[in-house]
Amino acid sequence: MARYILQRLGYMLLTLFLIATFSFFLMKMLPGSPMKAEEKLSEAQLEILYEKYNLDDPVPVQYINYLGNLVQGDLGVSFQLNNQPVTDLLASRIPVSAHLGFQAMILGTILGMLLGLVAAVRNNSWIDYTSNVISVIGISIPSFIFAGLLQYFVGVKLGLLPIAFWEGFKHTIMPTIALAIFPLAIAARFLRTEMIEVLGSDYIVTARAKGVTKGGIMFKHGLRNALIPLVTVMGPMAVSLMTGTLVIEQIFSIPGIGEQFVTSVTTNDFPVIMGTTLFFAFFFILIILVIDILYGIIDPRIRLAGGKD
Amino acid sequence: MEKILEVNDLHISFDTYGGEVKAVRGVTFDLKKGETLAIVGESGSGKSVTTRALARLIPSPPGRIKQGEILFDGKDLAKLKEKEMQQIRGKDISTIFQDPMTSLNPTMKIGNQIMEGLIKHQKMSRAQAKSRAIELLELVGLPNPTERINQYPHQFSGGQRQRVVIAIALACNPKILIADEPTTALDVTIQAQILELMKDIQKKTESSIIFITHDLGVVANVADRVAVMYAGKIVEIGTVDEIFYNPKHPYTWGLLGSMPTLDSTEDSLIAIPGSPPDMLKPPKGDAFAPRNEYALEIDKEMEPPMFKVSDTHYAATWLLHEYAPDIEPPEAVKRRMKGFAQTGAGESKEGERP
Repeated sequence: MARYILQRLGYMLLTLFLIATFSFFLMKMLPGSPMKAEEKLSEAQLEILYEKYNLDDPVPVQYINYLGNLVQGDLGVSFQLNNQPVTDLLASRIPVSAHLGFQAMILGTILGMLLGLVAAVRNNSWIDYTSNVISVIGISIPSFIFAGLLQYFVGVKLGLLPIAFWEGFKHTIMPTIALAIFPLAIAARFLRTEMIEVLGSDYIVTARAKGVTKGGIMFKHGLRNALIPLVTVMGPMAVSLMTGTLVIEQIFSIPGIGEQFVTSVTTNDFPVIMGTTLFFAFFFILIILVIDILYGIIDPRIRLAGGKD
Repeated sequence: MEKILEVNDLHISFDTYGGEVKAVRGVTFDLKKGETLAIVGESGSGKSVTTRALARLIPSPPGRIKQGEILFDGKDLAKLKEKEMQQIRGKDISTIFQDPMTSLNPTMKIGNQIMEGLIKHQKMSRAQAKSRAIELLELVGLPNPTERINQYPHQFSGGQRQRVVIAIALACNPKILIADEPTTALDVTIQAQILELMKDIQKKTESSIIFITHDLGVVANVADRVAVMYAGKIVEIGTVDEIFYNPKHPYTWGLLGSMPTLDSTEDSLIAIPGSPPDMLKPPKGDAFAPRNEYALEIDKEMEPPMFKVSDTHYAATWLLHEYAPDIEPPEAVKRRMKGFAQTGAGESKEGERP
């Protein structure tokens, strides 16, 4: 197992290198430059700036320099935000997004799983239909609508919770709920479908024939076998939630990475784009590794070759 | 002999969108201590539904026990609550299922799957249950039980898995073991091993076995008595010898005639024409009449009652009525019957039968 994880980490570095390379050259192919965006600078001023940031070097040289810095953990400085180092920027922004995303993911997954389980056990009852309606609403209505509704009713009308900013747990509640509805809906649907199939399988009848109680059937025999598809969809979803959600962050004025990323794209702020892209990629690959390890823990049939039981 | 189970006039229906499917329509039989009762019949005859109902394993809805009683240990199982039934399942009545590839939980170590019942019913500690599980695996003939107990089902072959399934069923020394086609999914050499194993275990544990199968060769090998089911009813029931040497129901003739044997090379197999009736609308009269070349006029009007052939042998066919014409079984079946007499079907059991 340790060997497998090391091997995977090796591949991970390779993947990151490739992503860094591709995004670097893709960005260089884009028209425009970070300095041209807003201010009207003279040719001379531009030249000074280019030289300062080494943007006048040939692209391959810039690439080598970039990689060299990257290896040392230096992602460069932002062109827009007063030369703030990109690592500092990420370090201040990412924890906020990750915190929000993590909370939403946990809330959504747990509630969604409960809903899916109940719907599966009470298949074709009013609970099942209700769960179905909730799922359809959660999947089809975008989160900013929930965000707006929450802000209006809970924040403005009832005055229960702050409608914006990021200043403590209270401030996290509404964005978390707005963001949790989608994973909730997905978890409920997937678990329900899979659970119904699992509960109809032969080994569940075997378990019943042993005299196992209903709770035992559901949690000991059913749930574990129904988890694989759920893990498959929830992993990437966790990544997208935890790496910043532009709309929700904007609506609630949350200083997360999602908002920053979009700004950097519109202003051609290369180092920030690169840094954020690499971070997203890193996080995504990491989650995929975690999912693969989880698969093996959940289902011994896909346990890795060479690994110990 | 002491009766351990009595089933009286059991009716089971499934409510579907198309209407009520009457899967079992009045089944009556009993099971004696230590005997093996085989239930045979073609697919859809209600044999699996009947036996699943004994352990109340029919999913409800859509299935329900409409009428009848299942008397076991002074209780009517048909009326027990789910909670009470959980105390009986696995402890007094165990089931071995058909397909060992799917009847074990793929994500649970087989040791835990065996121990589950022991911990629940016999209040054993985990350590006790574990050593009992190892004993059970030895009993069913799996080598290296101490190691294998920590393995998962996918690490076992089909035959080995069926042994594990049997070990699970035997865990709490059940009084009744229901074997629902336990060898159908296995290849022939493994089949023989599993049958030997079951006979062996029955001798040691003295449990009663209800053996469902459509393989008459297996019946001859394991059963003391045979019940032949057709369209949700038992049409003939008797000892193995009576069913093989002296069958009375035309459907039983058909079954015997369609059974391939090694020593009957010149005979072609006799198929029973037609297909079983639609149980959404069971026919009036004898359900087998449309496929029965010996059907009498009355078969189309009235269902035949059970006629007594001997104290142990009953058959539901008007041919046994005193006014019925004397009809002999077809030649081919008669030859078969003679063949059975020579090869000694059921003979292996002869000495043991009290």
